[in-house]
Formats: sequence, C-alpha cells, structure tokens
Amino acid sequence: MSLNYVSQILPSLIQGAGLTLQIFFWTLIISIPLGIIVSLGLTSKIKPLKWILEIYVWLMRGTPLLLQLIFVFYGLPIVGIVFERYDAALVAFILNYAAYFAEIFRGGFQSVSVGQYEAAKVLRLNYWQTVRKIIIPQVVKIVIPSIGNEVINLVKDSSLVYVIGLGDLLRAGNIATSRDVTLIPLLLVGLIYLILVGICTLILRQVEKRYSYFK
Amino acid sequence: MLEVKNLKKSFGDRVILDDVNLTVKDDEILCIVGPSGAGKTTLLRCITGLDTPDSGEFLMDGKPFDPSGTGASDRVIGVVFQDFNLFPNLSVMENITLAPTMVLKQSKDEATKNAQELLAKLGLSTKENLYPWQLSGGQKQRVAIARALAMKPKILCYDEPTSALDPNLRQDVANIILSLKKSGVTQLVVTHDFDFAEEIADELLKVNPIDQSQD
Repeated sequence: MSLNYVSQILPSLIQGAGLTLQIFFWTLIISIPLGIIVSLGLTSKIKPLKWILEIYVWLMRGTPLLLQLIFVFYGLPIVGIVFERYDAALVAFILNYAAYFAEIFRGGFQSVSVGQYEAAKVLRLNYWQTVRKIIIPQVVKIVIPSIGNEVINLVKDSSLVYVIGLGDLLRAGNIATSRDVTLIPLLLVGLIYLILVGICTLILRQVEKRYSYFK
Repeated sequence: MLEVKNLKKSFGDRVILDDVNLTVKDDEILCIVGPSGAGKTTLLRCITGLDTPDSGEFLMDGKPFDPSGTGASDRVIGVVFQDFNLFPNLSVMENITLAPTMVLKQSKDEATKNAQELLAKLGLSTKENLYPWQLSGGQKQRVAIARALAMKPKILCYDEPTSALDPNLRQDVANIILSLKKSGVTQLVVTHDFDFAEEIADELLKVNPIDQSQD
C-alpha cells in the first residue's frame, strides 16, 4: 500500500467520517433524553399513552433501520412530509435509537427497588427530589453497559445512510474502491471505524468507573 | 404521645386490621408482637403513611395528623425498615443529611453537625465517608436509625429490627433501642420475636391473624 495513495484518498474518507460523526452525535444528544421521557411513559399508569408508546417501540425495534430510513425519506413525502436527506437520516436514527434507549431506561427504572421510594417517602422527600438525588444516579449506573452497546452499534449503523444517498465514511471508501479497483480504501475505512469505536469504549469505561464508588 | 383509633384496613375481602387501637406514650417503647400474617407490617405501614387505612384516626399529642401528609405537622414519624433501605449511591453522611437539608431546609453545616452527633451516639463516628456496601448489617441498621432521627421524629418505628441481622446481634439492637429510650426517644417496634419484645417493651400489644383466610 503506497503512502502516496493513502494520502490521496484520506481527505475524502475523513470528510465522510465527519458526516458519520455528525449523525452519531446528534442522534445520541437527542435520542437519550427522548428515550428517558418515553421510558417514563412506558411505565405510566395512563393506559392509552402506554399503548401508543408500546406500538412505537414495537415498530422501531421490529423493522430494519434500513427500511425506516427509506420510509422517512421516500415514503413520508407521499403524505406531504418532506425532509432533506440529512434531516431524514437524523429523524430515522433518533426515532429508532430512542426506542431502544426507552426500553433500556424502562428496565433501569424498574430495577430500583420499591424500598428506595418508600425510604424517600417517609423522609418526606418529594417526587422530584427522590428522582433526582436517589433514583437517577442508580438508574444511570444500571444502564451504562447497555447504553454503551447501543452507542457502539450507532457508530456502525450510521453507515446505513448510504441508502438515501448521503456520503458517509463507508460510502467514501466504496467510491474509492470501485474507482481504483483496490481494497485499500475499505481497509482504511475499517481502521477508522475501529479507532472511533475504540475512543467510545475508552470514554464509556471512564463513565463506568465514575459510577463504581457505589454498589 | 401517639394514639391510633379504630384503624381498619382490608385488601379486597381480606380484613387485615379490624378496629385496632393503640397508644405509644412519650419516652416509652411499645412493641407490637404476633405471628406472620397477623397484620403487623400493614399496621406499621398505615402508621408510617406507606399504606392508606380504610378508616381510623391518628393523633399526635392529642392533635390529628395525616401519616401520609407532607405538612410540617405530619412530619412526626421516623422509620427504620426491615432491610434498612439506605440509599446506595450516597455516603453515610449524605444518607443522613439529605432529608434535613432538602426538607427541613437546614444548612449543610447544621445538618452535618447534627449527623456527627448522631453517629457518635451510635458508635459510627469513623464511618461517615463510607458507602452502604462497605458496612455490616448492624452498622447499616444504625445508619438507618441515625437517618430517621435526623428528621427529629416524635416517634421512631422499627419493622422487624432483628430479622435481617445475625442472631448474635440481637442483644446489640436491644441495647441501642433501650439507650435511645433513655435519651428520650419514643419508639414503636414491630417484631415476631416475643422474647425480644419482652426485653425492651414498656407496653406489649399482641396481634393475631383474623379469620383463617390469611397466610
């Protein structure tokens, strides 16, 4: 593999990686809080709300993300909702990942024992004081490993945006490979994904460590 | 003085408490003893506001109060749970000072000073920076006692204080309860352990299961 060739194609790969990262960050920043809100709805006593959210989670987890991307970009215009390519990708990713995060947080909230709420109640803490000081820290600790899995999946899932014609990292590598008839661009693509996932893993480990002071 | 009058509680058709009356006099210890299924825990949960009775009256020093209410005059009962329910994400000190600072609006210094006094009294002075998982069962119980006392309750209630501990710690618990009585803490103890109750009680209230329909 000549260094010359690598330096020639690297700028286009890095540009593609930029889009990958943009989709990655925006999806995380919006879908995690959205997932928490949906998880509260999933455990709500208001039945119709719960049913609607359960159907939403079922749809999002029950169909391929690839299909959802196609429907958001090519399907929704039929009913008058038109998104730019990039916005369509974000909408699909956020809706899909929020559903997974909601299920993770639902499990987290339900695994905090009733005794914690009761202890807070007899100490006269109100609902928000209880949730903020006692429940959320415990839930965060419980869900970190599962959230971490999804975060790493997201790095790689972002490559699905090629289907609606967006130029991400994988697409940049594909273009170079078919143009120059060599696998080197795809090797580099793999390397860049490995580095991105490696960084995520290190950050996740730090977060886990920060929560290791209690059991 | 706590008075409970004509307390009734059923779950479905199962009558758990039928017209229970009890009085806890100032600076005394009332023990409620009985076999499991006699409704001891339900009685305690009604007094501590965790369950709502079907009917009945609660008086503190002759004035009615609502155990599950949040007003200042309702804040009169402290609870030591059977399995303590300490907050695992908070240190011993934070477990004790959380409610006094958030609910009673004590300053951090004031709450810390009170907590240190309570910890000294209970022989836990060196433990204030530890987390619950680093404590033995007996130490956890004493932290739970300190946490309840920090809210300055008129009555301190215990649910089965001997059952989650090693049998050889039974005497330690009795000594703690008796020494708190000497320092003017009015206490209500629910237990199935008749010998233990006889040792510490000024008054004994025996309860028995109603009907045969109970476990």
